[in-house]
Amino acid sequence: MSSPNDTQLAATDTKTGLSAVLAQNAGSFVGLILPVAIILALTIWPTITGKDITRESIFTIMLSIALASSLNILLGYTGYVSFGHVVFFGLGGYVGFYLMAVQGWSLWLAMPMGGLAAGLLAFLLGKAILRLRGGYFALATIGVNEAMRAFINNFKPFGGPVGMTLNFQVYKDYGGAARALSLAFYILAALTLLIVIISYLVRTSKFGLGLLAIREDEDAAEVMGVVAPSAKTWAYVLSAILPGIIGVLFFFKNGSIEPVPAFRLNFSIEMIVMVMLGGQGTVLGPIIGGVGYQSLRGFLLTSPLFKNIQLAVAGALLLVIVLFVPAGLVGWLRNRFPALRRVLQ
Amino acid sequence: MDFLLTSILDGLLLGFVYGLAAMGLTLIWGVMNVINLSHGPIISLGMFGVYLLFSGLGINPYVALIFVAIFGLLLGIVIYFVAVNRVINAPHLSTLLATFSVAMIITGLGTAVFSASPRNVDYSLGSFTLGSATIPINRIVAAALSMLITAGLYIYLRRTRSGRYIRAVANNRNAAELMGVPSVRILALSFGIGTMLATVAGGLIATLFPFTILAGGTYELKSFVIGVLGGLGNPVGALLGGLILGVLEGIIPTFMPATWVPVIEFILFVLILMVRPQGLFGAKKS
Amino acid sequence: MILQLEGVSKNFGGLRALSDVTFDLPEGQILGLIGPNGAGKTTLFNSISGVYTPTEGRVIFRGQDVTRNKPYEMAKLGMARTHQIVRPLNELTVRENVIAGSCFGREGHGLKAAGKIADEVLEFVGLAPRSDQLAGSLNVGQKKRLEMARALAARPYLLLLDEVLAGLNPSEIGHMVDIVRSIRDQGVTIIMIEHVMKAVMSVSDRLLVLDYGSQIAEGTPHDVANDPKVIEAYLGDPDLALRLMRDETRA
Ligand SMILES: Nc1ncnc2c1ncn2[C@@H]1O[C@H](COP(=O)(O)OP(=O)(O)O)[C@@H](O)[C@H]1O
Ligand SMILES: [Mg+2]
Repeated sequence: MSSPNDTQLAATDTKTGLSAVLAQNAGSFVGLILPVAIILALTIWPTITGKDITRESIFTIMLSIALASSLNILLGYTGYVSFGHVVFFGLGGYVGFYLMAVQGWSLWLAMPMGGLAAGLLAFLLGKAILRLRGGYFALATIGVNEAMRAFINNFKPFGGPVGMTLNFQVYKDYGGAARALSLAFYILAALTLLIVIISYLVRTSKFGLGLLAIREDEDAAEVMGVVAPSAKTWAYVLSAILPGIIGVLFFFKNGSIEPVPAFRLNFSIEMIVMVMLGGQGTVLGPIIGGVGYQSLRGFLLTSPLFKNIQLAVAGALLLVIVLFVPAGLVGWLRNRFPALRRVLQ
Repeated sequence: MDFLLTSILDGLLLGFVYGLAAMGLTLIWGVMNVINLSHGPIISLGMFGVYLLFSGLGINPYVALIFVAIFGLLLGIVIYFVAVNRVINAPHLSTLLATFSVAMIITGLGTAVFSASPRNVDYSLGSFTLGSATIPINRIVAAALSMLITAGLYIYLRRTRSGRYIRAVANNRNAAELMGVPSVRILALSFGIGTMLATVAGGLIATLFPFTILAGGTYELKSFVIGVLGGLGNPVGALLGGLILGVLEGIIPTFMPATWVPVIEFILFVLILMVRPQGLFGAKKS
Repeated sequence: MILQLEGVSKNFGGLRALSDVTFDLPEGQILGLIGPNGAGKTTLFNSISGVYTPTEGRVIFRGQDVTRNKPYEMAKLGMARTHQIVRPLNELTVRENVIAGSCFGREGHGLKAAGKIADEVLEFVGLAPRSDQLAGSLNVGQKKRLEMARALAARPYLLLLDEVLAGLNPSEIGHMVDIVRSIRDQGVTIIMIEHVMKAVMSVSDRLLVLDYGSQIAEGTPHDVANDPKVIEAYLGDPDLALRLMRDETRA
């Protein structure tokens, strides 16, 4: 232990400083290798096998990864539990769908508008409900989702309870329905890659450090100078935009939109489960969680033994994770093997 | 005017049952700061409990409630020890997800056994007319029983030793432990009572409306609203919150389409959460 | 004057935790803040650092009225503090904790520059060997030093230390007192709340005594120690009186 008398605060121990910076540089982007590799592998897999059915199941996995990674920015990095995160998916989807189905916009323009609508909602909500801590915030997000669903149910321009459908002719602009399906897959792959990279950049940035500080102890973070109200709001907005864009894409591919599937609360909770399963607060966690959850679900739904009770089995598994592996798979590995930390970001 | 009066009366009667349905949720929430996301499926279990005892064994539904209550109490204690106790001091997400996984298990098994088709308890006590209004006697009995149970719970929490322990733990768990209150047992008991209230409420609802295994979810959402209206851990607050909600549901459709009811309910819910997260009538320290 | 308090009061419901606290703090001094448990010392820190808004009165920091400022605004203006009950960011490493202090503090560095400052500060407080450990895994003494490091990394003008010596063993106390002195020698103004009388007497330029939220004495350590009002206040708190006497006999 060095005595403070011979260590000036201003004096720089150049060796430590330099080597630390160097180590940091060498380490940068290593954590991105695994996430990007997984997304790329998932993207080219259906092209290799050439089967549409593979592409469809990977579409679901990719959707899970993208939504879980988005949610992770708020849930994992900032520590705020958004139980009604599906509201951004639903609202974005509705706004984009309306623009395509009623106003005749193209998918390319409708997607950013869906993202914008979701981001705007998150911004306004952020000002209002992000003051609530813990369970109260979670409840408020459920309330917002239910209110939105009930409102859309009554909102005539969006078709009320029956929703809206896309004229089949629309797909002609994208080279027919089959081509549109494959186009949707590659757009989703690109968006998923984007959110994973964003997630990584946030995790390793000063902004991200502020979010982690808020997660650990919001009051202490504020005392340290983290402008928590605005940091939280931007985290919320960031976690909402991509679900909004993806909502447009999803319902474009779906061909119709209705209030119930657009704002399904359980879908939100599935996102949380995926984040938890893989490991909240890590870049890789939601990816592993998305792949793991959907594979498991696929297995349970097709297994003759579990088909009827797949929900109960999934529930039991979730309980085991929550009780015994709360850090998720990636978190558990990081704690167990600190040497792997750089790779498992 | 007469129409409005009927709607209010209707809403009031239903409000008592809503209040009872919410009471279990707010009790658990108030005592251990756990938002029980398995509340809805447990209400459904209460519905099916009464249904099975009535349709299968021919037991009077109101008598069946007693068996359902015992079952609810035991179930709650089991859920507490299996799913909640280990994460009671962990961050909120853990208890939310732990209770949600219980919800998945109950709903999953329930759907496998009972399917998702609607059932009803075919037991009518008739109805009587009041002016232009016809009121099913089932509703009056349900309201009266809800009031009785609330009063019972209120007295239990004030007058008995375990009731006082529950209030002490709700107020300050650490202090209660220092004073020798066996807090784990009291928490388990509170969870059991909360679950018991949910199953009994479900059983009463089964005597009023048709239901499916998923029907409890609606009441769970209503219970959240009532929880923030009435505050946490206080049975009378829950009853008041239930009455407010019931009356709102009665009045709103008289001047706008009934489909707007949930919009108003949930906007109100979020607004109250923002202004007074401890509930309109609640005075609980944060 | 780096800090001026004008009639600062703070009520919690019916409880008056601070009443009419007024003082000026010149730059470069160490002000010791003492008083029995529950006297309102931590509340005073909270009222200065923006955690609480005073019910009455004004707080002026470096010539600017900051009475209604938020904690993060105070941090940016150059105030940093430690907490009586340590608040490490448990799941972050020690180094990340200190980097955060530097990033979001007065100078608002980027991650790289903050990393350099963090390494210096960790060296200074003697936590360098533990840089990559999770903050939650430190022992209490180490956590106190971490609090200190985090506050220092912000390069504050004014440092508020809330019982950094409590719970430390005698050799740790000596080490911490040395740290405090050398921080002051670098020109940082310090207010320190302390129960370890001998230490606070020896290190402070001036002392301020709070009792039931009121300022009952202010002056040099020597004057305050001989003030009958102060002795009376401490006799009300037998625990502290004992400690005071024990320190006195040892001195
Ligand atoms: N947030 C608060 N709400 C209510 N009372 C408080 C709060 N913070 C402190 N107090 C009360 O104010 C008084 C002063 O407390 P504190 O400033 O912590 O004393 P000290 O740090 O001198 O030991 C105590 O009676 C304490 O209970
Ligand atoms: Mg104190």
